[in-house]
Amino acid sequence: MVQIENLGRILEEHPFAQGLDPQLKELMVGCAANERFDAGQYLFREGQDAKKFYLIRSGSVAVEIYSAGRPPIVVESLHDGDVLGWSWLMPPNKWTFDARAVTLTRALSFDATCLTRKMESDHALGYEVLRRFVPVMAHRLHAARMQMLDLYGPAKKGK
Amino acid sequence: MGALPMDPMQPRPFRIEKVRKELADTFTLELVPEEGGEFRFAAGQFNMLYVMGVGEVPISISGDPGDGARLIHTTRAVGAVTAAMGNLKVGEALGVRGPYGNPWPVEAAYGSDLVIMAGGVGLAPLRPAIYQALANRERFGKLVILYGARSPSEILYPKELEKWRGRFDTEVQVTVDRAAEHWSGNVGVVTKLVKRASFDPLHTVAFVCGPEIMMRYGVQTLTGAGIDPSNIFVSMERNMKCGVGFCGHCQWGTNFVCKDGPVFPFDQIADIFSIREL
Repeated sequence: MVQIENLGRILEEHPFAQGLDPQLKELMVGCAANERFDAGQYLFREGQDAKKFYLIRSGSVAVEIYSAGRPPIVVESLHDGDVLGWSWLMPPNKWTFDARAVTLTRALSFDATCLTRKMESDHALGYEVLRRFVPVMAHRLHAARMQMLDLYGPAKKGK
Repeated sequence: MGALPMDPMQPRPFRIEKVRKELADTFTLELVPEEGGEFRFAAGQFNMLYVMGVGEVPISISGDPGDGARLIHTTRAVGAVTAAMGNLKVGEALGVRGPYGNPWPVEAAYGSDLVIMAGGVGLAPLRPAIYQALANRERFGKLVILYGARSPSEILYPKELEKWRGRFDTEVQVTVDRAAEHWSGNVGVVTKLVKRASFDPLHTVAFVCGPEIMMRYGVQTLTGAGIDPSNIFVSMERNMKCGVGFCGHCQWGTNFVCKDGPVFPFDQIADIFSIREL
């Protein structure tokens, strides 16, 4: 009980839960766990079942793409207050990237099976969770597009 | 020495005292006037640099405005003139006209937090403003430097960024678009750093420099964070030829970038900033 109260407090502190109805928060906390990852430890790897998502409380996580015969490429860094992972939301529910803790990282993880079941039976919860995931996805898509633009390259051939 | 010569179209000879390769395509020249004396400029101004027999290009000054003994230019080789400039050796001569243009309003920002956002070689025209801000550190609130580069090997002035970050009174955040596993720094676009930066948007002045597309998203993010567009300044680049507003090559809307810029308050150019044809 004490642990659930603590998790509730931790969830409240995360931007993801800002303005979330206390009852819905309580439903989410029932699927939550507090996790810690040492620097270098992988949270998940590409191809594994996406059974969780993470709200990063502190630390830094590198999202990486692995390619055989080449060193992994880091494509994004996530930090305190960020959300990690949405592959649990849609089939085939497999991670599409590796996620590695760059520094000691603390995160709340949410059991996808538990939360999905609650979201299906309580559509208010389902709506709130998805409403919070959509901007995260939109920002990531926007950031990925900007990275593709080569923002820092010369505009055209100069003199 | 800081005043314009009688004929503003007449370059003055400078001797190359030092050449430093910064990145694969970017180099820094340290110049001293052949006739002696000092070269005074304000942070954000540019010179027209003339490579004898090849041509002339506008290049921002990237040295310390407090040090008039050496004129410093960091340049990316993107065409015939800048490539020829990159091949010059110590002791060779270069023609210099300037300094020209509107500077970064560093002194007008006294009393505010100062956010400096740079992308790629856009850090070079901002470096004089950083030197000036650090030399007058007590006159500002927070000082935040946000810098983005393509990759760790393309970070400009890495030693200075480290030095500035080592100060207890300056926040420096660096990010790259992509990196190998050993990079423990941030990965993502420079605009993503704004969310984590510490400043009071209601009392902040921001200087932004980089390719135009980066400045577009940079300004969007800074205004989104609550900074008034009149407190955001950008450094524009256009086809500058004469440097003094005579020839009209750099006309941009009703402005001549060489004379009215290159540094503009964003609210003054917001209407034309997004016009694709200009």
